[in-house]
Amino acid sequence: MADHDRSEGPETTRRRLLQAGLSAAALGAVPGVGQLAANAQGTFDWKKFKGEKIEVFLVKSPRGDLLTKYHKEFEDLTGIVVGSEMVPEQQQRQKAVIELNSGNPSFDVIQLSYHVQKRQFAKNNWLTDLRPMIADKSLAFPDLAFDDFAQGGLNYAVEADGRVNSLPMNLDPWVIYWNKELFDAKGLAYPKSFAEIIDAAAKLNDPGKGVSGFVARGLKNANVPVWTSFLLGYGGGFVDANGKLMTDTAEAIDAAKMYQTLLAKSGPPGVAGFNWNESQSLFLQGKAAMWLDGIGFAQPIEDPTKSRVVGKVGYGVMPPGPKKQVSALFGDGQGIQPFSKKKGPSWFYIQWASNKTNQTRMLQAAAGAPVRKSAYAAAQQSSDFKSPKEWVECMLASARIAQPGLPIISPVTEFRDTFGIALTNMINGADPAIELRKATVEFQPVLDKSEKA
Amino acid sequence: MSTAAVARVRTGFLVRRRRRYTLFIVPALVVVGAVIVFPWLFTLWMSAFDWKIGTVAHFVGFENYTKLVTNQRFIESVVHTFYFTLLAVVAPLILGTIAALIFHREFPFRGVLRGVFVMPMMATPVAVALVWTMMFHPQQGVLNYLLSLVGLPPSLWVYSPQLAIPSLVLVEVWHWTPLVMLIVLGGLAVLPVEPYESARLDGASEWQLFRYITLPLVAPFLVVAAVIRTIDALKTFDTIYVITGGGPGTASETINLYLYLQAFAFYNIGNASAVVVVFFVIVLALALVLLHVREKTRWS
Repeated sequence: MADHDRSEGPETTRRRLLQAGLSAAALGAVPGVGQLAANAQGTFDWKKFKGEKIEVFLVKSPRGDLLTKYHKEFEDLTGIVVGSEMVPEQQQRQKAVIELNSGNPSFDVIQLSYHVQKRQFAKNNWLTDLRPMIADKSLAFPDLAFDDFAQGGLNYAVEADGRVNSLPMNLDPWVIYWNKELFDAKGLAYPKSFAEIIDAAAKLNDPGKGVSGFVARGLKNANVPVWTSFLLGYGGGFVDANGKLMTDTAEAIDAAKMYQTLLAKSGPPGVAGFNWNESQSLFLQGKAAMWLDGIGFAQPIEDPTKSRVVGKVGYGVMPPGPKKQVSALFGDGQGIQPFSKKKGPSWFYIQWASNKTNQTRMLQAAAGAPVRKSAYAAAQQSSDFKSPKEWVECMLASARIAQPGLPIISPVTEFRDTFGIALTNMINGADPAIELRKATVEFQPVLDKSEKA
Repeated sequence: MSTAAVARVRTGFLVRRRRRYTLFIVPALVVVGAVIVFPWLFTLWMSAFDWKIGTVAHFVGFENYTKLVTNQRFIESVVHTFYFTLLAVVAPLILGTIAALIFHREFPFRGVLRGVFVMPMMATPVAVALVWTMMFHPQQGVLNYLLSLVGLPPSLWVYSPQLAIPSLVLVEVWHWTPLVMLIVLGGLAVLPVEPYESARLDGASEWQLFRYITLPLVAPFLVVAAVIRTIDALKTFDTIYVITGGGPGTASETINLYLYLQAFAFYNIGNASAVVVVFFVIVLALALVLLHVREKTRWS
């Protein structure tokens, strides 16, 4: 599924889709971008905006904490004073929408979740196009090299019309954590296909011992990426070129049946109310053989004070589905709000936030999976880097096959809510085809309205 | 000075004095107008628009209201709200009354135990909800462990669509029964002793004393407790949001949860405003019923 504006008709949509693909793929070769580092070395003035003050609006998360911890370093380096506010994810999104809609936000820089806010922000022109600043040699950091950014992150940062609205910071491809001890006990290997996942989950499921063959999110809204992880492997998508939902196609129904089978037959009791935290606690106790979720859980898994499965966990790339091998991707980055009068200092800040040093720190602190490839090599050279090599390999391999795990649409929260309820109903025995049909009929007008508005 | 002149002077003085006094209520009027009247009028106004944040608002008249009438999810949320409220009022009323009767008697360490009993009421609802979330966990929660100790099978608690609301009520009961106990205890403390002495002379049993003297006399206090609990239960948001988020599916989605989603997750401000207005009417109607009952039970 690609971003598109349906109000301009199918021809325009296809053209824009093509532009989007070309823009994203060619970003590293955009004149000026490739040579930025070399050009900037000689002329770059770190203190260009000395004495200015910017406000950054971060999400309360390990990444937000990490950046806040090192703000002093940025201030010393550039002479720019940083005021920051960190708010939990849901509230940050609400506050951002209300303030941006007012036309007078209290912040200059905003951390955004691509999978939720990309289309919403782009459609409302709530982010500054960074291309002029990228092209300005005097404003680009010496270490800004777009060929170091993973393609999945660049796809998120670049809009269909070629605008570069943000710099990506963190990627979150979905992977399968698997308990090697439980697999060995049953003489099983890591699944190589979707059919093998279902088969292994059934064999590993042992309610008598309190062991579930498979665990993942069943809670509405949170559960949608689990289904879309399967949907993408079945070759399905979210919205076609004409803006029609593809959520009740044969591929979507097959993916939903797989979701239902895994969670209802091989999942733990009460899984319909499980979010990632309930799934995590079960897996960390050695009570689940497989756990499908984002890649950012290596730290608790390998922490002996929290986990009973230290050293026993495999980090598996999503196996190939019947049509494709895809890892559902989520991510976040930073952009500059368009009403800001401090665009230059803000541009300095977002470059600093995703520079190699901070990206490496992010990996070392297990605060996320950096978008910059060089961070992985740098982090592994550090003695205090605790994540297993297998995790790093899984991350890099997953990033190569990653596709957005949610549709790039404005009402993505409503999408998650509507289809999340359908999926929860399936766990409780409802028919996948009927539920998906119902959800599709319910959500189509919401999508149509959002694109016309 | 003539009588008429005196009267004129006096009238002028009173008018001036009244004007001066009138000025004193202006700040209160401004505050009430700004924080109550204006938001209400604005909410009513917004409920007549189809407006999603980030888009242009369109006037739709009563359409938001007519859509609510046929919105299955909204209707279910109303049913869930009444179901939750009924349980979350009745259970603490019964348990709180029993606790008050116990704590009204003299026994060793009564003061300390009464202090311990009211402690849940002092806890922050969100913190309470987080603790209960862990306790409800079907595999690792302490509640199922306790059930296993007495030979009972494990329950799914809030993870079951059927048990979600009763389980949430359990949290409310733990949290707010002490409040009912305090109100009823206050009522018991002011009861006259003469009716009891007279009844005992007539040979009344303990149950008869409770049924025919204590309960009627303490009824006004129970109604006050019921009014407070009803309003509290109707507006419960934090506990439900933290523990179930309205789930599984929409099994515990009350009007407040539905409203929150419409306003702050989907940004459907027009629709959310209509929900607020309908909810206000429901609360107002219930409050009027309860106040009527209170009048009926007042001591004459």
